[in-house]
Amino acid sequence: MKKMLFPLRRTIDSGEGLGAEHPASAPVSIDDMTVAYHRRPVLWDIEYDSPEGELIGIVGPNGAGKSTLIKAIMDLVPMAAGRVRIYGEPYTRHRRLVGYVPQRESVDWDFPVNALDVVAMGRYGEIGWCRRVSRSHKDASMAALDRVGMADYARRQISQLSGGQQQRVFLARALAQDAKIYFMDEPLAGVDAATEQAIIALLQDLITGGKTVFVVHHDLQTVADYFSHLILLNMRIVASGPTREVFTEENLRKTYGGKLQLLDEASQALARGGI
Amino acid sequence: MLEWPPWDEVASILMLRDYNTRIVVIGASLLGLGGGVIGTFMLLRKRALMSDVISHATLPGIGFAFLIMTAAGGTGKSLAGLLIGALISGTIGMGAVLLIRAQTRLKEDAVLGVVLSVFFGLGVVIMRIIQNTDMGHAAGLESFIYGKTASMLASDVYWIAIAAAIITAICALLYKEFELLCFDQDFAGSLGWRVHLMDAMMMGLVVAITVIGLQAVGLILIIALLIIPPAAARFWTHHLLQMLMISAFIGAASCLLGSLASALPPRLNGESMRLPAGATIVVFAAAFFLVSMVFGTAHGMLRRWIERFSLSRKISQQHLLRMLYEAHHGETAQRVSDPTPLSVCLPRDFLLENSTWSSGQLHGILAALRRKGEIKEPGGNMFCLTESGIRTAARVVRNHRLWEVYLVRYADIAPFHVDYSADQIEHVLGDELVAGLDRVLQSDHPGLVIPESPHPLPYGAASSAPTVGTSS
Repeated sequence: MKKMLFPLRRTIDSGEGLGAEHPASAPVSIDDMTVAYHRRPVLWDIEYDSPEGELIGIVGPNGAGKSTLIKAIMDLVPMAAGRVRIYGEPYTRHRRLVGYVPQRESVDWDFPVNALDVVAMGRYGEIGWCRRVSRSHKDASMAALDRVGMADYARRQISQLSGGQQQRVFLARALAQDAKIYFMDEPLAGVDAATEQAIIALLQDLITGGKTVFVVHHDLQTVADYFSHLILLNMRIVASGPTREVFTEENLRKTYGGKLQLLDEASQALARGGI
Repeated sequence: MLEWPPWDEVASILMLRDYNTRIVVIGASLLGLGGGVIGTFMLLRKRALMSDVISHATLPGIGFAFLIMTAAGGTGKSLAGLLIGALISGTIGMGAVLLIRAQTRLKEDAVLGVVLSVFFGLGVVIMRIIQNTDMGHAAGLESFIYGKTASMLASDVYWIAIAAAIITAICALLYKEFELLCFDQDFAGSLGWRVHLMDAMMMGLVVAITVIGLQAVGLILIIALLIIPPAAARFWTHHLLQMLMISAFIGAASCLLGSLASALPPRLNGESMRLPAGATIVVFAAAFFLVSMVFGTAHGMLRRWIERFSLSRKISQQHLLRMLYEAHHGETAQRVSDPTPLSVCLPRDFLLENSTWSSGQLHGILAALRRKGEIKEPGGNMFCLTESGIRTAARVVRNHRLWEVYLVRYADIAPFHVDYSADQIEHVLGDELVAGLDRVLQSDHPGLVIPESPHPLPYGAASSAPTVGTSS
């Protein structure tokens, strides 16, 4: 029950219209989540309640389970245990409120579609099965492309776009979803400096519009500049909360140095017992 | 002695006057159409080889169905019964692949190989048992392996038509669902779509076309109808809907031509050499594939060669114009106040020495530029820019230097914009950015028309150019 009460504060404070449409609850709350691949645990005992209307960075070393965390929230990866709630209700109830930007490398960019076709995919949940993409959905997709500065490339086959442009197309697809909560898997990986700035500006824009955005991020140097909240992850949540509170040397050492420490201890133990 | 069939026979077959031919040709074409449609999605889902597993996995089902029907007292020759057996074991084979892949760490190719060979081996064993126990009328079963298009019946065509219609209808209805599933299954899953269910549906359509097509093409070659048409279609288009239609057309056309050719056997020493229809169809499909691979307008090899060739020719010509121009104006800026140069000439030997071109290549480039009226040859192995050539060269030099400045200043931001072959840098970077670049350079060098070269010219400035020819 504590999960339901804690986030009330923010929803009421901000006075957002959401409180009326949905039970007053955190956008995302995770209870006791454990995920395992073939008996090897990837995520352990994840407990988390997200704030609303913040840009939240998910940070951690390679293999820390960052992508798995957002995939498990969206039910793309089965959980071994635990429960995820979106605004206090099961994910399946509020699927339309969630937008997703997968890793750019996860798809084949030689696929025979153009940029506008990809963005229109963001409307497919809305359009429903067996229906065609109507004029109005095309217009909405075009507007989303325009928002990421890619309107001129709408008819370009996606393999002819640069990496940064492909990433923008993926973002436009998420914008076309018109969600309340966004999960973005490394949207800044492998993009040039100009695109990175444009994407960050766009994310700030989303936050201003009351959206909650989770971003898997790998560049520690920019973390403090970009994100108001953080999740420091390494199989379990090392720390989470406002960036100025949790982005500390000690937390980083716990997140990134854990493996090194273990190695050190192991080598010391070996040195003591060896020869 | 090889003898072609007489003309009236050819005509009667081509006009589909013969009832049997008509049946066979229509059936085969519909089969090719359905295979081309569902095959496109399988290819894009990177599951092309899955259909090979399914078709091979039908063999034990056919054998078991025969055994069961014989044991039940029938002849074991009921086609519906055999096909139901094929359907069941094909589905089991597909399920085995999905199960093993999901539950073990084996890679997909290994799983496909294991399931395909195990099922086909089992099928061959059962076939041999049937023959050895001398159940007599088992001979027809072999036709499922290699196909027997020519003996297609009207009822077979009826079933093929239904299957092709269902497949085409489902693919039309679920066009956007299959498109997203093939492109980005994680995103499809995030929308709440049951990815496994959709995969199963797609596979189900493949099982259907495979079982229906077994008799016609045979289980070994049916994969050709599912892979070759979409692979060929991809060379012609960048758009999924067009790819589907082209693939359906190539599938239908190769089946039509293949079955016709097989119905027109040449005679060797008076004996008819009837070609197996399944194999003939594959030969025609392969011809379509080869033509598409070379001439395809989207990805074809010829298009690539032409693009590469014309790009390198254009770059060579621009390079030569630049050499002529820069040899006279050097690396310092050309100012507005400078008089238009009247003589911009260089001897052939200088051009040859200061470039990487062979004598023949240089000859070709010079000839092409002369045809365009950019240069002229007043004699004495001298080559001069014409007035139009001077204008072109000035533009080329300006573009080139702006690109160099752009790279120096903005390369960390957007290096992918650089396109030396563009006629106008503005077309790529936009007027605004180019005006900005120009402004930056103007402020450093007032009166600048052509930005200064940011690096020393490799073949020296005007003063060191070996000669300045005269031209009127």
